[in-house]
Amino acid sequence: MRQFILRRLLMMVPTLLGASAVIFFLFALTPGDFVDGNYMLTEARSRELKALYGLDQPVLQRYLTWLGQLLHGDLGFSLQYQIPVTQLLDQYLWHSFLLSLTVLLLYWGLSLAIGISSALRPYSWYDRLVTLAVFAAMSFPVFFLCLLLIKWFAVDLQWLPVGGMQSTGSEATGLARIGEIALHMVLPVLALVMLQSGSLTRYVRASMLEALRLDCVRTARAKGLKERTVILRHALRNALLPLITLLGLELPGLFSGAIITEKLFNWPGVGHIHVDSLAARDYPVLMGFTLFLAVLTIVGNLLADILYAAVDPRVRLR
Amino acid sequence: MKLLEFDQLSVAFDTEAGTVRAVQDVSFDVAAGEVLGVVGESGCGKSVSALALMGLLPRPAARIAGSAIRFGGRSLLDLPADELRQLRGNEIAMIFQEPMSALNPVLSIGEQLCEPLIAHRRLTPRAAWAQAEALIARVGIARPAEIARAFPHQLSGGMLQRVMIAMAISCAPRLLIADEPTTALDVTIQAQILELLRELRREQQMAMLLITHDLGVIAELADRVAVMYAGRVVEQGPVRELFRNPRHPYTRGLLASRPVPGRRLARLAAIPGQVPDPLSLPPGCAFAARCPERRTDCEQRRPALRRLDADHRVACFAAEGVSA
Repeated sequence: MRQFILRRLLMMVPTLLGASAVIFFLFALTPGDFVDGNYMLTEARSRELKALYGLDQPVLQRYLTWLGQLLHGDLGFSLQYQIPVTQLLDQYLWHSFLLSLTVLLLYWGLSLAIGISSALRPYSWYDRLVTLAVFAAMSFPVFFLCLLLIKWFAVDLQWLPVGGMQSTGSEATGLARIGEIALHMVLPVLALVMLQSGSLTRYVRASMLEALRLDCVRTARAKGLKERTVILRHALRNALLPLITLLGLELPGLFSGAIITEKLFNWPGVGHIHVDSLAARDYPVLMGFTLFLAVLTIVGNLLADILYAAVDPRVRLR
Repeated sequence: MKLLEFDQLSVAFDTEAGTVRAVQDVSFDVAAGEVLGVVGESGCGKSVSALALMGLLPRPAARIAGSAIRFGGRSLLDLPADELRQLRGNEIAMIFQEPMSALNPVLSIGEQLCEPLIAHRRLTPRAAWAQAEALIARVGIARPAEIARAFPHQLSGGMLQRVMIAMAISCAPRLLIADEPTTALDVTIQAQILELLRELRREQQMAMLLITHDLGVIAELADRVAVMYAGRVVEQGPVRELFRNPRHPYTRGLLASRPVPGRRLARLAAIPGQVPDPLSLPPGCAFAARCPERRTDCEQRRPALRRLDADHRVACFAAEGVSA
């Protein structure tokens, strides 16, 4: 087990090297940069800035410099915000993480509950109704759903704030602050849970239906076990196995932020600065952030494999 | 008093293609401690009968019509689900054809063996585990403590079938249903499993409903046989009588198509033709189209199961004609 993890961590090195090359050259070879975008600069000033940021050097040289910085844990310097990228990400990342984690817990819980309960009564009225509702919810365009929620709950009913993370000028501390943030989270969380639980519900339902048809579930019934035990202990455990891979893939999603939703609800998350950096061609931020997500994707896969081995005795890590 | 009685059991499945009449008017009984072999080709309704008895048929897809299954004097079909559940794995146990898939891959052998003991015998987990190890030893597996902690994928098919048997006998059932218990196993392992079943039966005075397509298994283990064809019992009788004096042309065909060691034929005898489509069974005798002794009215009228002598019954006009 320890050997497996060690080897997988070592295998991350070439993967990440490849990822870094793809990420760097994709951004570096895109025409235009931070300086070009600013038409207010004089010719001399823009040459000066390019020299300052190292943008006048050959591409390969710039890649090696960037790589060298990465080895020291330095993701570079944000051109737009004029602070180190790590510091910038640290400021916004946790806001996104808070939102995403809440959404993740809610939508996994909801999808499991709905998926399992509809698999237990396949093609019943309940199942059909759930299917319809789930498809309706996931078919909404994000921006439309967000705007609809804002219109209904924030503007018409005035129950909830329109956006942001705290009320403007608020100086609440302690419990009051937590309550205020929670109130601001309701609408974005609602929107994201509605959009995401659809496909997972279908996945859970299919997996559970398959598990209920297993021979070993019939054996469990033949043993005279209570239906509850048959479903939770025998069917569900087998149904959850294929979902582990999906759970592993959620890890980067926890930190990547939801670009459109964060923008619409003015949530100060990393999705927000992602869009802003794209507009400003703030490549160090974009490259650092993308690389960070690449690391998380690989780690997420590794965690899924380890989790698999922990719950499925047939899987042996070598 | 009979332990188990099937009284005119009929089971139909509603499918998109139409109604499949899987089992029709099947009657047979099993006395306490007796082994009844049910033999027939795949799809003849053997397993469906057993699953109906266990209450394990998928509902509402399966319809059980105008019939009764009585176990120890109680009608199982009218029993509330919870009471039937308390019989399952306790007084009636079942083993299946594929031991590899019949056991749960994510639970250890010991955990799975403990379940019926805790559910029916109300043992503590610790006592159940000790009992599970004893059961593993009882079915002839060495190093029971180690095997109890193992998972199904670590054992061979023969060992897994032994584990299934251990699980089935854990609560000392009065009736064991064995649905093709040896079909998925190697020949040498088959013999061992049959020997084990014979031993357990003698020791525990347990009745058995032995479902198989293999006449060799029947000859080894059964006291009486019911031969099924296209959802109906066509012949029924004591095993010696039936092997020595088969009366239904289908039974004769089955016996003739067995390979006999030492006798080499250019071809094995086979029954010509196909099993009729269960979606559209003929109005008369279902075997008529393949029958070498077919008479003019066989395709129009269906022969009833009639008693020939003491305990030998057959559903065939030709056989009746001979005896009459």
